[in-house]
Amino acid sequence: MYTTDMSGKKNAEAITEDPALIAAFEARVANDEFIEPKDWMPEAYRKTLVRQMSQHAHSEIVGMLPEGNWISRAPNLRRKAILLAKVQDEGGHGLYLYAAAETLGTSRDEMTEALLSGKAKYSTIFNYPTLTWADIGAIGWLVDGAAIMNQVPLQRTSYGPYARAMVRICKEESFHQRQGYEIMMHLAAGTPEQKRMAQDALNRWWWPSLMMFGPPDDKSPNTAQSMRWRIKRDTNDELRQKFVDITVPQAEAIGLTVPDPALKWNEERGAYDFGEVDWEEFAAVVRGEGPVAKERLQARQKAWDEGAWVREAARVHAEKRAAAKLAAE
Amino acid sequence: MSDPSKEWPLWEVFVRGKGGLSHHHVGSVHAADAKMALEHARDTYTRRMEGVSLWVLPSAQIVSSDPGDAGPLFEPAEDKVYRHPTFYKIPDGITHI
Repeated sequence: MYTTDMSGKKNAEAITEDPALIAAFEARVANDEFIEPKDWMPEAYRKTLVRQMSQHAHSEIVGMLPEGNWISRAPNLRRKAILLAKVQDEGGHGLYLYAAAETLGTSRDEMTEALLSGKAKYSTIFNYPTLTWADIGAIGWLVDGAAIMNQVPLQRTSYGPYARAMVRICKEESFHQRQGYEIMMHLAAGTPEQKRMAQDALNRWWWPSLMMFGPPDDKSPNTAQSMRWRIKRDTNDELRQKFVDITVPQAEAIGLTVPDPALKWNEERGAYDFGEVDWEEFAAVVRGEGPVAKERLQARQKAWDEGAWVREAARVHAEKRAAAKLAAE
Repeated sequence: MSDPSKEWPLWEVFVRGKGGLSHHHVGSVHAADAKMALEHARDTYTRRMEGVSLWVLPSAQIVSSDPGDAGPLFEPAEDKVYRHPTFYKIPDGITHI
């Protein structure tokens, strides 16, 4: 964050933007320069970034819930310590991203309120329940794996604070994926019951993980603009294909089967052909009809409400002490 | 609706990676006071031994140059190439210079 005044009035959209400024901005971005908080930028760029970055931050925070569900039930102390560290990382990632988004002039509280009111979205993946311990393995391996695939190109995104936050996040994310794969590896090599658990988790998380890359390119209206502004660096379908190609051999290596009868290596393309994602289901989850969507928002609302007196008390206490210190001088 | 005056203020966080290096800006945190800002900075930015020392200071206290003035502000250095050692041609054979 760089001393952005968030109480000030926002630029009214009615203001027509100077074509010369827009042209200079577009040229900088096309030249792979980074845009910094106090640089001039089109309002639409600012708005798109706030939407994407706050959505990303909310996903990190809401993403703590499905895994937090298993901290007290981890099978042993090693797994518990690891899961605790992972969930703490997710909280940290949310904070990096909120701070980076705040440089655009929207406060963290405003973003939180947008989440709680349903105005802001978060990744649809977190509206699926974590039914067994194997789900913790599947989330680390597939969900964090898909997140890494999305995030690595964002380290070169055009907005400086976002790119820097992504560098930190990517450095930390790799452990998340490896610990998840390790859980799956152990279960897959365990008793028949354990292996069934691992396969069941893969069956339930595979398709929602593919949905994490967003709608197909021909149905993603914002992609072209975002790519031109270097906010996005690869299309949804490109990243989805890359994820499938990398993940299928990982499943095979531990004796698990990807739940897609249409999955087939295409020698000519040097890539896997795979079945169609159920976009009806995706649209429903985006609309807030995911299996545990209500519980997730209720949990966030509860934490926000129950923390209100703590935030208030700390603020008033600090103000009182600052005033007393001033009086003593 | 949120009231910005009731939000914990922002603090900028600087970390010294190890002895001998200067502090570097790494990001920011919200905190009610300086002590809490240090604690939040520790939890947010040094979970993997990234530092041996932390600085935090209120974001509002930072004074920065205006990017719009970058031209006139930095331009005076542009034509002073003689400030760089490569400006001077030294014959081959002259060493340790």
